Amino acid sequence: MTDQPLHLAVALDGTGFHPASWRDPSARPAELFTPRYWGDLARAAERGLADFLTIEDSFGIQSARYSGPDERTDQVRGRLDALSIASFMAPLTQHIGLVPTVVPTHTEPFHIGSGISTLDYVSRGRGGWRPQISTRAAEAAHVGRRTFPEIDPRLPATPEVAAVVSGLFDEAADAVEVTRRLWDSWEDDAVIRDEPTGRFVDRDKLHYIDFEGRFFSVKGPSIVPRPPQGQPLVVALAHSRVPFEFAARAADVVMVTPKDAADVDRWVHGVRQAEHDVGRTGTPLLIFGDLQVVLAATHDEAVRRREALDEADGARFKTDCQQFAGTPDELAEELLAWAAHGLVGFRVRPAVIGRDLDAIVDGLVPALQRAGAFRRAYEPGLLRERLGLGRPQSRYVRSPS
Amino acid sequence: MSERRKQVILAAYFPGVNNTTVWTDPRSKSQIEFDSFVHLAQTAERGKLDFFFLAEGLRLREQRGVIHDLDTVGRPDTMTVLTALAAVTTHLGLAGTLNATFREPYELARQLASLDHLSGGRAAWNVVTSSDAFTGENFRRGGFLRYEERYERAEEMVRTLRALWDSWDLDEPVADQASGAFLRAARPGAFRHQGPQFDITGHFNVPRSPQGHPVILQAGDSDGGRELAASVADCIFSRHSQLSDAQRFYEDAKGRLARYGRHRNELKILPAVSFVLGGSTADATEKAHVVRRQQVSPQTAILLLEQLWNRDLSGYDPEGPLPVVDPDVSPEASIIQGRTRMHADPLKTAAKWREVAEAKKLGIRDLVIEMTGRQTFIGTAAFVAEAMNDFVQRDGCDGFVLAPHLTPTGLDDFVDDVVPLLQERGVLRHEYETTTLRGHLGLGVPVSAS
Repeated sequence: MTDQPLHLAVALDGTGFHPASWRDPSARPAELFTPRYWGDLARAAERGLADFLTIEDSFGIQSARYSGPDERTDQVRGRLDALSIASFMAPLTQHIGLVPTVVPTHTEPFHIGSGISTLDYVSRGRGGWRPQISTRAAEAAHVGRRTFPEIDPRLPATPEVAAVVSGLFDEAADAVEVTRRLWDSWEDDAVIRDEPTGRFVDRDKLHYIDFEGRFFSVKGPSIVPRPPQGQPLVVALAHSRVPFEFAARAADVVMVTPKDAADVDRWVHGVRQAEHDVGRTGTPLLIFGDLQVVLAATHDEAVRRREALDEADGARFKTDCQQFAGTPDELAEELLAWAAHGLVGFRVRPAVIGRDLDAIVDGLVPALQRAGAFRRAYEPGLLRERLGLGRPQSRYVRSPS
Repeated sequence: MSERRKQVILAAYFPGVNNTTVWTDPRSKSQIEFDSFVHLAQTAERGKLDFFFLAEGLRLREQRGVIHDLDTVGRPDTMTVLTALAAVTTHLGLAGTLNATFREPYELARQLASLDHLSGGRAAWNVVTSSDAFTGENFRRGGFLRYEERYERAEEMVRTLRALWDSWDLDEPVADQASGAFLRAARPGAFRHQGPQFDITGHFNVPRSPQGHPVILQAGDSDGGRELAASVADCIFSRHSQLSDAQRFYEDAKGRLARYGRHRNELKILPAVSFVLGGSTADATEKAHVVRRQQVSPQTAILLLEQLWNRDLSGYDPEGPLPVVDPDVSPEASIIQGRTRMHADPLKTAAKWREVAEAKKLGIRDLVIEMTGRQTFIGTAAFVAEAMNDFVQRDGCDGFVLAPHLTPTGLDDFVDDVVPLLQERGVLRHEYETTTLRGHLGLGVPVSAS
C-alpha cells in the first residue's frame, strides 16, 4: 500500500517497443498508418484510466544504427508526426492526457508553442509535450541548416561531442522557456468583446515575451490565447546529469529508468540534486519510473514470450530501460516496491501493443486498484490538476500594487 | 444520358481575423474553442462541400505600433485543428494555410502526409510565403526571405515536398507477418534536394499517403502568383467577383497550364465570396446592410481609413468628413504590420473615395461601408444558387470559397437553403462519390516520380 495513489502513463510507438512486436499475431502492422489504429489505441489507454499517453517521434527513420538508416527490412520503419496523432486522438477521448514527442532541435519554438497550446484546446485541457533533442547527424541533414558530428554512443563522448549534446539541451531548455512564456503571454481574461469601445481584446493583457537567448530570439505574444491548462504539461525522459538538469529547468514530470527498486534511490537523488544545482523553484519534478513490459498469465509464459520476441528479432533486445517480464500482479508488486523509494508514477512501454496494452488495462490496472494504489474512475479536472500541479497564473499578471 | 453539367466546387472558410468577421453579434462564438471548428466543418460536410479551409496567423497584427484590438484576435495552430477535425469528419477535405517561409520541407512534408494518412486522403495545403521582418521576429531565421524570392521559395517548397512524398514506393511497407518482411527494400524514403532555398538529403520517414500528393492551393493575383499556380497548384484562390474580370482571369490562368504540360482541368479557380441570404430580396438587402454596419464599427471605420491613408487618424470623427491631407505614400512609412498592404495606389484610391463621399454626402463610416468589402451574393436562396451556378457555367470560376461572417454558424443557412437548390440543378453532389479530396475535385491520382 502507498499513501498516495500512483499515476500511470502509457507509451505508444508503432506496434510496440520490442522491434519484433509487429510479428505478433495481435499486431496490426498493415494498419500502422491508419486513423482507426491510432483511435483504437487511444481508447484502449483511456479504458485503463491512464493519466496520460505518450507518442514517440523523430526527425528520421527508425534504425539499429545511431544515425542514419540501416539494412534491416524486418523491423517497423516509418512513423506519423506525433503531434498530429495526438490531436487526432483528442476528439476520440475525454479524459486521458495526450503527450506527443516534439523535437525542439529542428522545430521552431513558436510553432511548438502554438501547436501544443492548440492540442490543449482540442483536448479541452489534456495537452502536453515531451521535448526530445536530436543529436543525429543524419537528421540534421534532413533540415540542412547545420551539421552535427557523427556520434558513436558506444564510445565515451569526446569533449567536442559532449559540448554539442550539452548545447542542444541548453537550446531545448530555451525552447521550453519560449513556449512557457508564449502560453502565459495572453492573460486569461484578455478577450473582452467590449462592444461600446469596439475592442475585442484588452491589449494591456497581451504581452511581448521578448525572449533573447544564445540560439534564437522570439518576440511574441502567442498567436493562440492562453490554453485551458494555462501551462500544458512538459514531460522529459532523462538518464544522466545533463538531461536531469534540463528536466529540472524545463519540465513538470521527469521519467527515469532504474533497474530495480533498490536502484530507484540513486535516480531520485540525481534528479533532486539537479533541481538544487539549477536552482529550480516552485513545484518539484514529479518523478515517474519508466519501464518496458511483457505481460502474461504466468511468469513463465511472460518470460517465454520475451524470449520468443528476441528470437524473432535475431538478438537479445537492449534498450534504455528495465524490461519486465511477468504477470500483471507481479508487475503491480514491482511498481509498488519502486514507488516506495520516491516515485509518484510510472510510464509503461508495452513490448507488444496488441497484447501488452490490453494486459496493462485489464491486468495491471485492476491489480493496482485492488492494492488501493490507483483510481477507479477519472477524477474531474484538467491533466495538470489530476497530477496535483494546479493551474498556474500567468507570469505576466501584475500583482495588485 | 446527357453530359454531366460542370460541377460547382464549394469550400467553407473558417472566419478569420479581419473586420468582415462579426464578433459583436450575439450568435458569435469563440474562434478558438474546438466546438466552433467542429460546427463549421460538420455543417460543411452535411452540405457535401469539397473542403474546409483554415488560415494561419504567425504574429498578432499591429497598427500605430500597438496590437490591433478591434477585430477578432488570436487563432489556433492550423495543422493541430485540422488533424483533430479529421477525427470528427469522414469525407470533407481539410485545407490549411501554412507559411513556407518559417518552415522546412521535412517537417512540413511530414505534417501534411500525416494529416493525409489520418484523414484517409483529405489533406490540402494553401502555400503562402512572407518576406516581412515583423513576422520573422517570432522565428529563428528572422525576416530572411527577400521579397523577390517569395515565389521561388513557394515553388521550390512544393517541388521538394512532392519529392519527399514520392520517396516511398507505392507498395511499401508490405508489413508481411508471414514472411517477416516489413519492407521490400531497406532504407526507404531516400531523397536528395539541392536548390537555392533548400539543400537537404536523407530518408523521409512517412510512407506514401492516400492521396500521394496532398492538394496544393495557392492565392495570388500577380503575374508571379498566376505562374506559380500554373506550374504547381491544384487550386487557385482568386479575388474576382465581377463576371467579366473573373472570366479574363479564368482564361489567363487556364491558358498558362499548357506550358507546363498540364490540362485545363488540373487547376481549379476558386474566388473567395461572401453571401447574405433573405426571405425576399428586400429582406436580404436589409440584412446585408446590418451586417456591413456590424463589420464596420466607428472605430473600425477610422482604422480602415488609416490603412489607406497610412496616417494616424485617431483624432478624426467617424461620422465626419474625410481628412483634407492626402495619404502618406513614402515607401518607408507603414503604420500597419502583420498583414498585406491593401491598396496598390493609395492616392488614386483616395481621390475616388473623395469623389464618392462628395457625391453621396457620406461621412467616414458610411463611406468605408460603401467602399470596402461588400458582400458578393445578396438575395434569396434561389437567386444566390442561380447566380453562383451561372457564374460557374459561364467560366467565371470552377467554384467558390464561402466566407461566412459569423463564427461558427455563418454557413448554416447556406447549407440548409442554397445547397439543396444546387443539388436540384445537378451541379452539386447529393452524396460524396469519393473518399479523397483529389477525388471530390476531380483531380487525378499523381504518379510517383520515383
